[in-house]
Amino acid sequence: MKKTYKIDVDCANCAQKMEDAANKVEGVRQATVNFMTLKMAVEFDEGAQPQDVMQRVLAACKKVERDCEIEL
Amino acid sequence: MTKKQKRALARILLAAALLVLLAFLPVTGAARFALYMAPYLLVGWDVLSKALHGIRNGQVFDENFLMAVATVGAIALGDYVEGTAVMLFYQIGELFQSYAVGKSRRSIGELMDIRPDVARVEDAEGNLSETDPDEVAPGSVIVVRPGERIPIDGVVIEGRASLETSALTGESLPREVGEGDEVVSGCVDMSGVLRVRTTKAFGESTVSRILDLVENASARKSRSEQFITRFARVYTPAVCFGALALALLPPLLRLLLGLPGEWSVWLLRALTFLVISCPCALVVSIPLSFFAGIGGASRAGVLVKGSRELEALSHARIVAFDKTGTMTRGVFEVAGAHHAAMDEGELLTLAALAETYSTHPISASLRRAAGGALDTTRVSDVEEVGGHGVTARVDGKAVAVGNERLMEKLGVTYAPCHCAGTVVHVAVDGEYMGHILIADQLKPTSRQAVQALRAAGVRRTVMLTGDRPEAAEEIARELGIDEVAAGLLPQEKVERVEQLLSEKRPREVLAFVGDGINDAPVLSRADVGVAMGALGSDAAIEAADVVLMDDDPLKIAKAIGISRKCLRIVYENIAFAIGVKAACLLLGALGLAGMWAAIFADVGVMVLAVLNAIRALDTRRC
Repeated sequence: MKKTYKIDVDCANCAQKMEDAANKVEGVRQATVNFMTLKMAVEFDEGAQPQDVMQRVLAACKKVERDCEIEL
Repeated sequence: MTKKQKRALARILLAAALLVLLAFLPVTGAARFALYMAPYLLVGWDVLSKALHGIRNGQVFDENFLMAVATVGAIALGDYVEGTAVMLFYQIGELFQSYAVGKSRRSIGELMDIRPDVARVEDAEGNLSETDPDEVAPGSVIVVRPGERIPIDGVVIEGRASLETSALTGESLPREVGEGDEVVSGCVDMSGVLRVRTTKAFGESTVSRILDLVENASARKSRSEQFITRFARVYTPAVCFGALALALLPPLLRLLLGLPGEWSVWLLRALTFLVISCPCALVVSIPLSFFAGIGGASRAGVLVKGSRELEALSHARIVAFDKTGTMTRGVFEVAGAHHAAMDEGELLTLAALAETYSTHPISASLRRAAGGALDTTRVSDVEEVGGHGVTARVDGKAVAVGNERLMEKLGVTYAPCHCAGTVVHVAVDGEYMGHILIADQLKPTSRQAVQALRAAGVRRTVMLTGDRPEAAEEIARELGIDEVAAGLLPQEKVERVEQLLSEKRPREVLAFVGDGINDAPVLSRADVGVAMGALGSDAAIEAADVVLMDDDPLKIAKAIGISRKCLRIVYENIAFAIGVKAACLLLGALGLAGMWAAIFADVGVMVLAVLNAIRALDTRRC
């Protein structure tokens, strides 16, 4: 399953860091962050609960880039 | 400007004012330090706290860290003004960057502003209600008034109008539609009220598909972007260790040689080194260039699926085409009547009458060419001879219309035709009356398109077609295409493309251009699949990497031109940013460039790179 979320992040480098962080989260098969459209596209693993996974993604992103935001 | 940007601007202005004020205050010692802390912390507290946050979470080497170390170091050495100024200019740079990115994001957003807000749905009683397009079921009747955007794909059931398609195709010529015509969402109705029966849901409509494509465009990263990501990952730690070495090694060496260590001089040089090294210019401008390039291309009616595809397109050296529907219109028209033993108009009418009941495309073009309403009462005893043609009685005379085999079967001597196209022979009462040539028409820009491709550096053009060799070769000659492979089945087209792929030189890219309806396997097999005339064709949008919204073959060269311009800007920025940084790093290490030069190298390069990146948006002269 694939879902797209609106994000708020300040710089392209931070967006890259968010992408790396999101990709390490359990339940995420592949995440891509598009800095230019301010969107994060997440492909979830089979059977994963998007809500739970996204909470963990947000936490992981906050860790690398404190003032980023994901609209869940 | 957003709220965040306004706050940043206020902080920068306040800190700058304080800095100027402090320059005139005759204070020294601890008081001076305390006073300078005010502007420094005002402008830099977030950088410092982000740097700390990064260190705590094991993300040490980023630009916040570089800036924090450099400015804290400068202040520790007593260079309060430099330390504060570095932070100030760094923030100015960040503000500019966020402003420029936001601005180009908006201008591309406006360009793609084809999302309709409401659909006006008509219910069974004829009442109109404004509804969210998402909630309109296929088969509903909607009303579109002049000046409005068509919200959902459908078929006109009442009304005539001219539609402006420029937002979709980049084509400024309006399209006339009337009852029975299909209309595509995203077009603007310029005149006349239309009643449209929707054929798709909003999510399946052209407009949604295009928006989806553009918004997800940069998801697939190009090699240049991957290079920058990898580069930044290695670069920042390397620079930090370089700075550390610069701070420690020369003084130690000097001590060994019995000279004074000059620790503070080398430390300051190391800090300068750090400031120069900030990789922002690259990290920001490369994705921005691709984004602007893709945005500019969509304005010209060329949808590119991602930066990887844009990059591949710029290396196109071999272009293979489909013939029908790509270089030709794919509509068969009567091109002339030859050897006619009677009036040509009468010949055409006879043939059209005999073919009245046939559904074959050839019959349709005969009827179109004969023009007007045909009096079908003149026709009787129609008999289709499968694979041969038709025999019928028209005004009591036996008329036979068909190919050579029909003539041979009836024992009629016929005159063969040497032109490309389909030949329809006509015999009346066993006597040969001549033949009608039906040919696919070349698109008016096809020839120009092949020349433009050659001018764009394409070294080999190949036409792949299922058509007869004679017809294909004639067209290839006329257009100036290098090679032709004719009589191919769809599977054989894939094989031919694979053969071409194996023959190309390394780093060359093969692009295949097709009309997208029956070429899906070939489109996905080629390095870059370009689908043409894709307005309303879902299969093409799925299979292709590049989608030309209208069916003008000139757009192929235009798309290549756009991609070249974008990639040129990317390379310029990479070379410029790395070049200036390397030069300044060297000068900084030698002590020839101080902290001020370092700030300008960093912020200046970034500003120029961003401005250069935005140029990719302008595609008028590609």
